[in-house]
Amino acid sequence: MHAQTLTVDAATPEETPLRRIWSEFAASRLALIGLAMLLLVVAMAIFAPFISPQNPYDLAQIDLMDSKLAPGEKSAGDKAYVLGTDDQGRDMLSAIFYGLRISLGVGVASTIVAVAIGLGFGLMAAFFGGWVDTLIMRVVDIQLSFPAILLALILLAVFGQGVDKVIIALTTVQWAYYARTVRASALVEMQKEYVEAARVLALSKPRILFRHLLPNCLPPLIVVATVQVAHAISLEATLSFLGLGLPITEPSLGLLISNGFTYLMSGKYWISFYPGLALLVTIMSINLVADQLRDVLNPRLKK
Amino acid sequence: MFAYTLRRLTQSGFVLLVMAMLVFLGVYAIGNPIELLINPQADEVERMRATVALGLDKPLYVQFFAFLKGALSGDLGRSFVFGVPALELILSKMPATIELALVAMVMAVTLGIPLGLIAGLRPDGFVGRGIMAGSIVGFSLPTFWVGLVLIMFFSVQLGWLPSGGRGETVSLLGVQVSFLTWDGITHLFLPAINLALFKLSLLIRLTRAQTREALLQDYVKFARAKGLSQSRVIGVHVLKNIMIPIVTVIGLEFGSVIAFAIVTESIFAWPGTGKLLIDSINQLDRPVIVAYLMVIVMLFIVINFVVDILYSLLDPRVRLGQASGAGH
Repeated sequence: MHAQTLTVDAATPEETPLRRIWSEFAASRLALIGLAMLLLVVAMAIFAPFISPQNPYDLAQIDLMDSKLAPGEKSAGDKAYVLGTDDQGRDMLSAIFYGLRISLGVGVASTIVAVAIGLGFGLMAAFFGGWVDTLIMRVVDIQLSFPAILLALILLAVFGQGVDKVIIALTTVQWAYYARTVRASALVEMQKEYVEAARVLALSKPRILFRHLLPNCLPPLIVVATVQVAHAISLEATLSFLGLGLPITEPSLGLLISNGFTYLMSGKYWISFYPGLALLVTIMSINLVADQLRDVLNPRLKK
Repeated sequence: MFAYTLRRLTQSGFVLLVMAMLVFLGVYAIGNPIELLINPQADEVERMRATVALGLDKPLYVQFFAFLKGALSGDLGRSFVFGVPALELILSKMPATIELALVAMVMAVTLGIPLGLIAGLRPDGFVGRGIMAGSIVGFSLPTFWVGLVLIMFFSVQLGWLPSGGRGETVSLLGVQVSFLTWDGITHLFLPAINLALFKLSLLIRLTRAQTREALLQDYVKFARAKGLSQSRVIGVHVLKNIMIPIVTVIGLEFGSVIAFAIVTESIFAWPGTGKLLIDSINQLDRPVIVAYLMVIVMLFIVINFVVDILYSLLDPRVRLGQASGAGH
């Protein structure tokens, strides 16, 4: 009996919530592979200037004579490019590293802004109810009845190109998902006793909202946000491909792919295929991680 | 029921008006189309004449009311570039888009439901897992990249299928269609697959989830206990019950297929409304952009309205919930 208590005591400090989430997350090998790929992609994006063979946007380092070289093909200066070069003689590998940077940056930035806005409106709708709730949710409903790509296209057609404008457009099409998710979980949480207890204690409204309600609404939000980063990256790539996203001075993966599309017909596949592969790996790895996170953070799947 | 329909109708009308205003104001904030339309060497007089001819000298609200008045009588302005009525231009491109969307939808449904059913019946089997993994890939792949790979593989490397255009068309009830000629089918195949892929993955997931739920229901156990054959239990009892949500999703997704056709049409140079929209945005052809968006918004509102009404017919809780919803 005594020994048993001891083992329990010894095990308790190990069992922090983060540790538990990690061990459940690591149970899936596929999710671990996804996480490893994601870390690799993020590292490539962050350290792009240090690991790229050349700076693809420094004209002094680009040789027009080396344009459209196939992967591994020797140039006149006896240089070989691992993934070939584009029409300007840019090293594709370097262009992909820099492109990842912009794609990931835009995806993550727009998601963070959209989460903040959606969180605010969702909590407000759930907490105040009444006409505030009706108004917010009606706007959310109407917005979600139109496909994101259509809204983003309209917005970018109006705003024009630019990193800031793409982030605004992506934020606008995303916030409604978060508002809906947060409202739903906040409504459930508000029925629980700890919120009632906080009200009985006459804590201030902001305190109940931010210290009690907010932390408990976060898990489902994190799951939705992870998936949405992948969506945002994919959407940005699509818009840039259509020529409505980022300007040519800030080439994301979508723009690289679009640039290579012209040469695809003549068999020069590498200019658009490899950036596409990088995009695919990024999106897939985020989705794999998000899938497992959803299972780990979903209390309904717990025994 | 009548009151509910009326309320939904008023709501739809209001949404349409708000969208018209947003679209109009938004689109008219884009650049100055005069710069693109007339010769850069033209003098000030020429410039003024073009501005007046297009009605761009009037205040914005006057332009908006003129637009609204025209819109009510089906006149959405003339294309700056083509010089023909914008609505006419959109409608002339509509059959190509609808054909592509319908073929893609048929592909997604005829493949997605059986595959989802198989995955739902054997969720832990090798085939079931394989189908699910495939659908995750289908979800992750950006549409435009799939299109690119399809062209790269089937058009450039193998040379089997054409990479763009609509091919030979024949007239069916006064509408030009591609799917009745062999040349048309070869042109239709790649874009339709491209457009279908995302919806296919969605349908697989939906059918699988519904099947798994239905299999646990009492009526399935009862049908089995009665000694019905497996094919009858699945084909009649399970399939019939999972069809209601699936049909709803197919209906709702049709609008989004048309919206996604923008991407597919641009890649495969399919001469539909989506390609027209992208071209018009690049050329600042405002009336065409506005007309396209109004037609699409209208389409979405009609689809949502019809689905809502059908739902309230099927499920009285919906309209009762709405009626008492105002009070709480």
